[in-house]
Amino acid sequence: MLEKRPQPSKAWSYATPLVAVLATMLFGGVLFAILGKNPIEAIGTIFWDPLFGEFSFYYRPQLLVKGAPLVLIAIGLSLGFRAGIWNIGAEGQYIMGAIFGAGAGLAFYPLDAWYIFPIMVIAGAFGGWIWATIPAFLKVRFGTNEILVSLMLVYVAEQMLASVSLGLLKNPEGFGFPGSRNFQSYDSGHNAELIAGSGMHWGVVAAFIAVIFAYVLLNRHILGFHIRLTGEAPRAAKFAGVNPARLILFCLGLSGALAGLAGMFEVSGPSGVVSIDFNVGYGFTAIIVAFLGRLHPVGILLAGGLMALTYIGGEIAQSQLGLPAAAIQVFQGMLLFFLLAFDLLTNYRIRAARSEVA
Amino acid sequence: MDLSEINPVLLVASLMVAATPLLLAAIGELVVEKAGVLNLGVEGMMIVGAISGFAISVETGSPWLGFIAAAIGGAVLSLLFVLLTQFALANQVASGLALTLFGLGFSALMGQSYVGVKPPSMGEIHIPIISDIPVIGPVLFQHDPILYLGIALTAAVWAVLKYTRVGLILRAVGENHDAAHALGYKVIKIRIMAILFGGACAGLGGAYISLIRVPQWTEGMTAGVGWIALALVVFASWKPWRALLGAYLFGGITVLQLNLQAAGVAIPVEYLAMSPYIITILVLVILSADKSSAPASLGRIFHASH
Repeated sequence: MLEKRPQPSKAWSYATPLVAVLATMLFGGVLFAILGKNPIEAIGTIFWDPLFGEFSFYYRPQLLVKGAPLVLIAIGLSLGFRAGIWNIGAEGQYIMGAIFGAGAGLAFYPLDAWYIFPIMVIAGAFGGWIWATIPAFLKVRFGTNEILVSLMLVYVAEQMLASVSLGLLKNPEGFGFPGSRNFQSYDSGHNAELIAGSGMHWGVVAAFIAVIFAYVLLNRHILGFHIRLTGEAPRAAKFAGVNPARLILFCLGLSGALAGLAGMFEVSGPSGVVSIDFNVGYGFTAIIVAFLGRLHPVGILLAGGLMALTYIGGEIAQSQLGLPAAAIQVFQGMLLFFLLAFDLLTNYRIRAARSEVA
Repeated sequence: MDLSEINPVLLVASLMVAATPLLLAAIGELVVEKAGVLNLGVEGMMIVGAISGFAISVETGSPWLGFIAAAIGGAVLSLLFVLLTQFALANQVASGLALTLFGLGFSALMGQSYVGVKPPSMGEIHIPIISDIPVIGPVLFQHDPILYLGIALTAAVWAVLKYTRVGLILRAVGENHDAAHALGYKVIKIRIMAILFGGACAGLGGAYISLIRVPQWTEGMTAGVGWIALALVVFASWKPWRALLGAYLFGGITVLQLNLQAAGVAIPVEYLAMSPYIITILVLVILSADKSSAPASLGRIFHASH
């Protein structure tokens, strides 16, 4: 018999992500065993090798490279999720950020100037912002469901990406192959590592700033209070004078801008080129990261690291053990399942069943 | 560009085929939402249905068994949604997303050995005389049985919701679950049945894509059809016949843009390919003004203790 707790349990709210990770490892192990792999070896390869294995000097920087976009996007999403505003189209905003950022940079090619990279940053954020403002505006003005609109725009963005990689942004010296010029060989627009070999690029810096910013916003600022209030008690928020339209525009716009930044830092750094298959689903994985981090900035930082680990470890397991790439996707999906399931214990407590009194 | 290459008879006939996966998924989701549950996992259930149907029909050689397996596959995945939302009382939006993310990964894993395989064909129903009428015959009476099942299901759902006691109870649960509970209806049980029905329908819709519409297996082949089906339920104001109309409208747009691509119209392929999604958004905008017909308890968690 379930009984609603008067207050959500603090202890359980910290414990559920850990329990969920353990349960996922357990069931993931079963899955790997079914696929004919040694489960202990597979789990070890995914979670241990990138951190402490023989080639960890190579993989550890990757943790920052893969974790930064996840954290950056998830921070933005978490603000909206807290207020019950569901932006699930971060993947599209990520793509648009990359297109806008790269487009701005390539417009200056081959000029060499210090201001090009900052302009790209602004353009990338703008691209993501405008893409997320479409569902925000439609929701505010017409009451359109933001979940469906933001998601539809992912497919539109993917087509845009295909279009510009084959047309507008195609490398004129690329021998007809699709894809843009490589930013890794264009210094003014290159998001290079700040310390060589560390994996630390501007996107990582931006992710850390976003974490601090979100923490301050939620704990010290009236807007953050309004976000939390709207999510936990919408009626109270109304009486407190929260302007829902402004909140929607802010939450969606900010999450879009952050996703756009993530895309821009990725395209100008680790990826280097705008190409048809440039996006790899960070925008969707970030949803898992946001929930796994309990929609809390510090939690998201940790969750982003963990999720980056599964990406890197998954790649190692793929090449060393022949574990299919999709198995990691299943693994990540399972994590969200267990998290949502165990969250029951945060809000409810289990009591021995009593006989019902009529 | 040669628009005369587009054959209107073939266009309408293929429109019905393109609309069927949407219709099946939307009818299932309509019942789920009428019961007051918002399951955003349609895309995930469809793709799992697509691969289970594909795998079973390839292994057994029978498309019929494939479709049965697809319905079961979709329903089994929706069972996870049941566990999360009805027993663990988790947020329905998050749970639906989890279902989709998990379904996409799971189907890709299952489908690895089926890439490039050709499934057995279902064949078309051929009724003597009627099917041979010029124009009307090929448009209406030369399709596979599942297409007609989709239409029959629409009629059945409409009749059940409108005229039967079961339909009334289902609607009561969706409109006000506390009142329905007070009247002694088993809210959770009714919702579980509705969710499973929705899962089975989405599974059928997915298998229709992989077995009849394409027919082939590729990763992520549902390409947003599940999400468009969700939009379709809003478009239809939760009315079955309007869902049918909407599905044919979207089917028409899809087929038309594919035909325009093939005919080599001066519009770039990418812009044509994004048109169904943009039109979905436009339709949502036009219709979202009126929310009065949405089930009142939609998306709310029910817990009997209070």
